[in-house]
Amino acid sequence: MDFLIFKAPMLMVQASLDGILLGILFALIAYGMALQWGVMNIINIAQGDLVILGGYIAYTMYLAGIHPAWGVIVSPIIMFFVGWALYKLVINKVVDRDLFISILATFGIAIVFQQLMNFIFGADVVVAQSEYGTTMLFDNSVTLPNSKIFSAFISVLYAIALVVYMKKSRLGRAIRATAQNARAAKILGVDTEKVYAATFGINAALCGIAGALISITLTLHPYVGLPYTVRSFMIVIVAGLGNLPAVAVSGMGLGLFEEFADYILGTEFRIGAVFMLLVFILVYRRFKLSKKREYLK
Amino acid sequence: MNKLVKLFITSISAITLALVSFTSSFAKVEGDYIVLGSAISLTGKYSSNGVHTQNGYNMAVERINKMGGVEVQGKKYKFEIIYYDDESNPKRAAQLAERLIKQDGVHYMLGPYSSGLTKAIAPVTEKYKIPMVEANGASRSLFTKGYKYLFAVLSPANQYLEVAIDLAVEKNGGKGVKIAQAFEQDAFSQDVRLGILDAAKRTGSEIIIDDKLPKELNDMAATLAKVKATKPDVLVVSGHTKGALTAIRQISEMKVDVPMLAMTHCDAAKLSKQHGKKSEFALCASQWHKNLSYKDKFFGSGKKYAKDFQKEFGYDPPYQSAESSAALLVFKDAFERANSFDRDAVRDALVDTEMQTFYGNIKFGPGGQNVAKPMILFQVRCKGDDCENRVVAPTKWASDKFYHPIPKWSDRS
Repeated sequence: MDFLIFKAPMLMVQASLDGILLGILFALIAYGMALQWGVMNIINIAQGDLVILGGYIAYTMYLAGIHPAWGVIVSPIIMFFVGWALYKLVINKVVDRDLFISILATFGIAIVFQQLMNFIFGADVVVAQSEYGTTMLFDNSVTLPNSKIFSAFISVLYAIALVVYMKKSRLGRAIRATAQNARAAKILGVDTEKVYAATFGINAALCGIAGALISITLTLHPYVGLPYTVRSFMIVIVAGLGNLPAVAVSGMGLGLFEEFADYILGTEFRIGAVFMLLVFILVYRRFKLSKKREYLK
Repeated sequence: MNKLVKLFITSISAITLALVSFTSSFAKVEGDYIVLGSAISLTGKYSSNGVHTQNGYNMAVERINKMGGVEVQGKKYKFEIIYYDDESNPKRAAQLAERLIKQDGVHYMLGPYSSGLTKAIAPVTEKYKIPMVEANGASRSLFTKGYKYLFAVLSPANQYLEVAIDLAVEKNGGKGVKIAQAFEQDAFSQDVRLGILDAAKRTGSEIIIDDKLPKELNDMAATLAKVKATKPDVLVVSGHTKGALTAIRQISEMKVDVPMLAMTHCDAAKLSKQHGKKSEFALCASQWHKNLSYKDKFFGSGKKYAKDFQKEFGYDPPYQSAESSAALLVFKDAFERANSFDRDAVRDALVDTEMQTFYGNIKFGPGGQNVAKPMILFQVRCKGDDCENRVVAPTKWASDKFYHPIPKWSDRS
């Protein structure tokens, strides 16, 4: 029974596609985290809550009779300003401080956001309907919700747009320069304060897109942000900072790993398996690092 | 200066202390009022159901007070409830229970919302020998600890979906069925699972998929893919509102065909409203439905209760409100039979409770659970885009025939 997946090859295809489609979405959230972690050296615990807030924006549109898919355009615009305001209010006070302080500050933001969302949108679990239908493959034995395909497609689109923007635009160059060496960038005339605010805004906007996609693929609730934070944290740890292809691969890899762990180890170990993998990767990295150090000596 | 401040603090604390001791000595019955206490989730993740619970309590208090109140030793008393917000946090709930009992001097408690919070409070009420009638903690483990002061008006969690398995077996000509099940890993859902295991054993059914969903999980595509591959006769899902909404979303998107789908929390999730036609034919376990024919003199029938509730609070009462209202009817009955405010006398009267309310018959088993009321099953049925819950089992109250098997997705428009 445990190895049902090896008896039915179509299950293997289904699991792989499910894992990859979901992984791409997570990679988008993780990329936002990697970006502001790399630039500002801040681990944003409120990442998942920004995602959920973005989702609620799309859900509000849905309630107003607008198709929730438009959320992928509206939500990032609103969320960019939310991120910007958040930076001006809180984050700029902790940006040069100890990592621990920024974790505490964003943890506080997470709690405030959760309660606010609970207050405004209520504590019910909600979903928005996209009515996109289903794609059937291999004589109906593999079914893919079009909403998931749509969400993966939009994620890829935005990711490409972001990479191009970071490479070509003035602000993108300034962000990269600040990430490499904030002091040097400042001396050379980059307004790092503005760069930080923009980075945090861009991160929030990415969360907004992901949230809008989650509202039509999964479910929304004011208190489900943390798993998204943890997931993106893992992806970033595995991929390293400021490296989009690595983030994408690690996102999809984790998605795949999770799906297969579900079939082979059982659903109850699905998330546990991901954590085990994280421990393994951290130990492996340390091991590699210590070897390198010895070599340098 | 310093002395002045000290003096000030001392006098303030003295006054507070005096006030506290003053209120506590009279709090259990103050003048014409019997004071009940409840820690309830008004904020945090259970806040919507917490509010349903509170509305249920308030509705019953108002009704009982209006209809003459509670008669003890020839004198009429009214109910009053002290509420504290437990923030959906078990630790806070236990603290507040302690505060209600020790500071506010409450001698009779009403339960909080959810099994988890009831579990946190029960040891406290038990320690101080405070009778608690609770209406929203169904976990079986509440009734196996030997608590003597805990009484639940609702059926325990393991009974939630047993009826569904019986129904599936009946439809299968009395032969055992193949069951696929997915339950969240929390006390309540796992108790529902135990009930299914019992029912499977009893009916000779086979469990072919037995997934335990992690709490953080909001994607059950893997489970559903397995269901598609193994073709069970019945799929059972329980994972609170999130589980119910996720299941319907993904079953409809992945076009999973099962002859029967049984779940919990459909009404709390507003399934028929949020998912509309996609949720049609889902079977849902419920403690109560307004169409049941139980009666009492305070609320009349379930239908009447629903109408009055709608008028008062502006929405259709979920079963969480109905069972909460029933808890107060139980207390009133017990006070009058005990004819005393002695905690142990009230507790003994509660043990002997045997009554009918609009919500159902109530009689407490040895563990404190209600053994007189069966669970009911309703099925989501749609006319056009309008979907509603119709009672289909047990047959005594069924307003509609149970639709079986669920048509294939390819045949559904």
